Amino acid sequence: MTPEEIKNKIQTALPGTALKWVRDTLLIENPQDLPKVANFLKTSEEFRFDYLSSVTGADYLQYLEAVYHLYSMEKKTGPFVLRARVGRDQARIPSLVPLYRGAEYQEREAYDTYGIIFENHPDLRRIFMWEGFEGFPMRKDYVQEDSEILEASDIEWLEKHQVQVPEGMKKRAEELKKQGRRAVAERPGQPEPQ
Amino acid sequence: MEKIFSARDPSALNTETLEINFGPQHPSTHGVFRMNIVCDGETVVSLKPVMGYLHRNHEQIAENMSYAASMPYTDRLDYFNSMSNNFGYSLAVEKLANIEVPERAQYIRVIMAELTRLVNHVSVIGFLLNDLGAFFTPVLYAFREREKILDIFEEVSGARMMCNYFRFGGVKYEIQPHILQRIKEIVKKFPKFLEEFEALLSKNEILCMRCQNVGVLPKELAVSASITGPMLRASGVDYDIRKVDKYSIYGRFKFRIPLGEKGDVYDRYYVRILEMHESLKILDQALKDIPATGELVSKKMAPFLKSPRNFKPPVGEAYGRVEAPKGELGFYVVSDGTPQPWRYHVRAPSFINLTILEDMCLGHKIADVIVILGSVDIVLGEVDH
Repeated sequence: MTPEEIKNKIQTALPGTALKWVRDTLLIENPQDLPKVANFLKTSEEFRFDYLSSVTGADYLQYLEAVYHLYSMEKKTGPFVLRARVGRDQARIPSLVPLYRGAEYQEREAYDTYGIIFENHPDLRRIFMWEGFEGFPMRKDYVQEDSEILEASDIEWLEKHQVQVPEGMKKRAEELKKQGRRAVAERPGQPEPQ
Repeated sequence: MEKIFSARDPSALNTETLEINFGPQHPSTHGVFRMNIVCDGETVVSLKPVMGYLHRNHEQIAENMSYAASMPYTDRLDYFNSMSNNFGYSLAVEKLANIEVPERAQYIRVIMAELTRLVNHVSVIGFLLNDLGAFFTPVLYAFREREKILDIFEEVSGARMMCNYFRFGGVKYEIQPHILQRIKEIVKKFPKFLEEFEALLSKNEILCMRCQNVGVLPKELAVSASITGPMLRASGVDYDIRKVDKYSIYGRFKFRIPLGEKGDVYDRYYVRILEMHESLKILDQALKDIPATGELVSKKMAPFLKSPRNFKPPVGEAYGRVEAPKGELGFYVVSDGTPQPWRYHVRAPSFINLTILEDMCLGHKIADVIVILGSVDIVLGEVDH
């Protein structure tokens, strides 16, 4: 079946869904349509994509993306890749857990690392990072603190709790404060071509 | 008549549930893994896995360096099977950059992947028996065989566990004829060991009683929960990526896919034993057909061995997956045309296989939780990536 045929099949079964092919993968233009499309692909006799292999997020600066790799265990076909794009601030995608149990932990992982909120997920919590962790570490604009360098506020806290802080560290913190910078870990740059 | 105090009638008892934090420092969790278990007496009422103690954001590390540089990091995912992790990653990148792998390298890859499967399955059965209380006798037998294979890995790649042996478009080092001879000997002697192992275990009354009808995973749930590997096949679903995708040169070998019936712990144990027999068949055929000479790395990729940072796959994305001993190991790589991947994702089998741990454990005794977890076969390096 050609990509165009597959797209037409889905659109005749589910009128009103906007679909687009991006590099052999099917982009669902309105993320709210995702469960409908997935349900159709899972139940339709022709496709029977009953196995959701991988769910993951990705950050493309202008938008966040969720990527789903579907296979069929019954027909031994696949992969069929679905993607849904959401804005960075309004990252809400309906969860696929009611259809595929296997999405449960993977969606939690995508939430943990990219901050995509999966609506109707039964238990959307952080999975790898600890509770109370701020930020989403896999986003491209995430800045990591340099744990080696203390900031002025850290030193204040430590001294309040009767911890001795070496003079060198205090000096460093003072300098940072003067420059109005935070102690951010340097990101490895683009590798130089040899 | 007065109500008899009976465990069969819970209404007669005034009971309270007990919450247990199982792990993270517990030998039978196979690493640092925690389960929040709520027990009613000894029966499990609720179980919530807690993970992330070994989290190091493997994906971000890989996104911050060149493609070839994350090959050694993939070893650390599932540190028991570094060869098959390498296999999955190189398969994804080869798909991305459209690289052909030379014939001899393909055979070496398959031989190494199947040896890895033997290593994994013998040790996981050993550990399962450990969890059952057969303390270290089966593990010792298993590790005796594992050592022989690790010696091969050491001689081939220079490392016993962190092999880092595969390269995009081939493998790193030549495999000497005397090593092939030694692999042949191992393959010849292995069935005898399996026989011995089985004589000790398969019909053992304690093993049967502890494992049969424990942790049953129905077929439908297994498919819907994306379970893969021996666990899926123990539930009776005929799905093996070596057969379905025929990646590398698996299409050339004759082997069967062992299936379980019930999907209990015993089936998972027995499917692994049978899978080792099938792996031996593949090894037998591969060792017979391997070309005596040939390239190790494709001509296209040979220059990049010395200067890996010049390797820039074309813009695009690829999802490469292999049948790792624990299940489907997938790598999703997105390239933006620079020497670093834009997105790198690992679909870790033992992480996803944990999804239905609670479903399998509910209603069983807390001692069975350990056995069920052992039969899932997790490695925390992979679960936590």
